[in-house]
Amino acid sequence: MAQISHDFEHAAIKALGNKQLRTNFRRVMTGLINKRAALFPDPDELQALRARGAAIKDRALAKLPDLLVQLEQNLIANGFHVHWAESVDEGNKIILDILRKANARTIIKGKSMVSEEMHFNHFLEENGVQALESDLGEYIIQLAGEGPSHIVMPAIHKNKDEIGRLFQEKIAGQPYTEDPDELTDAARRVLRQLFANADCGFSGVNFAAADTGSLVLMSNEGNGRMSTHLPSMHIALMGVEKVIERLEDVAPLISLACRSATGQAITTYVNIISGPRRGNEKDGPKEVHLVLLDNGRTKIYNDPELRQGLRCIRCAACMNHCPVYTRIGGHAYQYTYPGPIGEILNPQMQGIEKAGDVLHASSLCGRCSEVCPVKIPLAELIVRLRREAIRPAGTAVKGGGSRNSSVENVVWFGWKTMYASPLLYRWGTWWLRKIGNLLPSGIPLLKQWTSVRSKPQFASRSIYDLARERGIRDE
Amino acid sequence: MSNNARSAILERLRKAPKKPIPDLPPWSPYVTTTESAFDRFRRMITAVKGEVIETSRANLAATIRQVLADKQASNLLYAPNTDIGKTLDKAWAAEPGPRLVPYDKPIEDLKSVIVNDIDAGITSTMGAIADTGSLIVWPSVDEPRLMSLVPPIHIAVLEVSKMFDSFPEAVAKLGWNKKPPGNTLLISGPSKTADIEGILCFGVHGPKQLVVLAITD
Repeated sequence: MAQISHDFEHAAIKALGNKQLRTNFRRVMTGLINKRAALFPDPDELQALRARGAAIKDRALAKLPDLLVQLEQNLIANGFHVHWAESVDEGNKIILDILRKANARTIIKGKSMVSEEMHFNHFLEENGVQALESDLGEYIIQLAGEGPSHIVMPAIHKNKDEIGRLFQEKIAGQPYTEDPDELTDAARRVLRQLFANADCGFSGVNFAAADTGSLVLMSNEGNGRMSTHLPSMHIALMGVEKVIERLEDVAPLISLACRSATGQAITTYVNIISGPRRGNEKDGPKEVHLVLLDNGRTKIYNDPELRQGLRCIRCAACMNHCPVYTRIGGHAYQYTYPGPIGEILNPQMQGIEKAGDVLHASSLCGRCSEVCPVKIPLAELIVRLRREAIRPAGTAVKGGGSRNSSVENVVWFGWKTMYASPLLYRWGTWWLRKIGNLLPSGIPLLKQWTSVRSKPQFASRSIYDLARERGIRDE
Repeated sequence: MSNNARSAILERLRKAPKKPIPDLPPWSPYVTTTESAFDRFRRMITAVKGEVIETSRANLAATIRQVLADKQASNLLYAPNTDIGKTLDKAWAAEPGPRLVPYDKPIEDLKSVIVNDIDAGITSTMGAIADTGSLIVWPSVDEPRLMSLVPPIHIAVLEVSKMFDSFPEAVAKLGWNKKPPGNTLLISGPSKTADIEGILCFGVHGPKQLVVLAITD
């Protein structure tokens, strides 16, 4: 296996030992899973909507270079300034130049995962510009000096007691409280003044419509609007894959994103920005800049199979449903994007040698692929990248190397044959249900398996029978 | 530098293997009820803590007065040049109410007042969308962007005759995709967050309360 410098395994083991962390994640992820399910009561509607969403993104990707040119033309006609950046360094430098030219010392930020990709806040601080997060979750983790642990709910690893103590320590005059409403009010008070005094607003972009030259931003809190309406300048940052053909196409995508992410029909605000303050308008930024970032996306694009990952609309459903993510949380992944989508993006952006070990943070159970609103075959892509990761060393170690066992080979052969034939599978599982629990744990293989684990218990009825009985449909 | 990045990115994309352009499979927004568009809108927006009050053109000023009294608002940010603004001026001249604050200067001259001192703001709407329970708000020279965002209470006036079933319908009928104003919005309830333990809290940065005055005549 290729040399891996980034230590996912230790971080994961450490996270597994943190009971509070596991409790926090389990509670919120279960809530999000239930909320999503409640908003998709009709499986036919869900599948039709997913097909539409995936096709909108596939059409946009198939025409990507032309759409980017069209978007740029229409944005410029609408009064935007458009910039292109190949790398994180280039993106950071472009934004710093814009800020320096405007003599801006403070920026207030709406949520942007791409800016996390660029370690943007850190870069600006080093260059004398204060970057303030305004999304409540991002504000909390910025106060705590941490990175996001979830792409939609960045501070979800913290419970309200921890946040209460953090606010008491960091916000002048704030008494300890664990009441979420009071904590939210405290943040509102502080951030309102920061919005009013910031030299520049900053935001990410959810979708960019090429036909109208518009940026579409979704937000529940209103910080996305505050950042883009109040300061006299607005800088937006987006990955090149976010462009879509038509403004009206955002309707199914918003429906998919909001229902999948938080179980809402729509976010409170859909903020469509098609230009700066014009003529005699009394507010809005006088200048709007858009920075289009590549940072490895064109490389992903170059592979027709991996390109499917660029359909992602960053809803986080894949991590909410991931059994690994739920147990270790987002920080253990140690890169910008955690969970299944991160397992695909990080190795491709950072290189498999550096970030390849996150590919093992998957049981390949396939829940991520099943819930993805734009039908990204996440589990398949993880397997594809795992193959890439072992290819360089593929000839050195064959068939399990020194631990190769002929008994194991026979068992695997039997397993493969059984799983390839419905008849054999039914026959085999029928027998295992009857006699599986009578097998002594001392027999070969089971002995090695049970040396560090408890012996598997075979259920008297298969999960298929139970599911059929309950009327659960095969998706 | 920017130009180099632009041509390099576009060149890499153009050289990449081509994939066929798929057709869009049919899709229409999910409707399971036979309610009217307005009833659907009302059900959706009240589910996320928006309030809907039915009124008429003749009673609009009186309804606004009542809402301000119920919410104990001591002032109202308004747009003096709009129909709503003129209605308010006329009604308040006859019988004074909570102080009317006109948004008649650039934000640079009004910032402190708008950010710190206003209790409520009132705007018109371009209509509403039934599917998602969303108000369509197009800020303008007369009704700037911040009116529907910064005050803790947002009062939005909706003419019930301007209901749309879906966003695509609104895009087509309003000519949204022709030459849209600099900022256009869908607003579906008051500001909210679930960033602390996934617990829902209202009024983070935007309004804590959203009151829709639905004009039915």
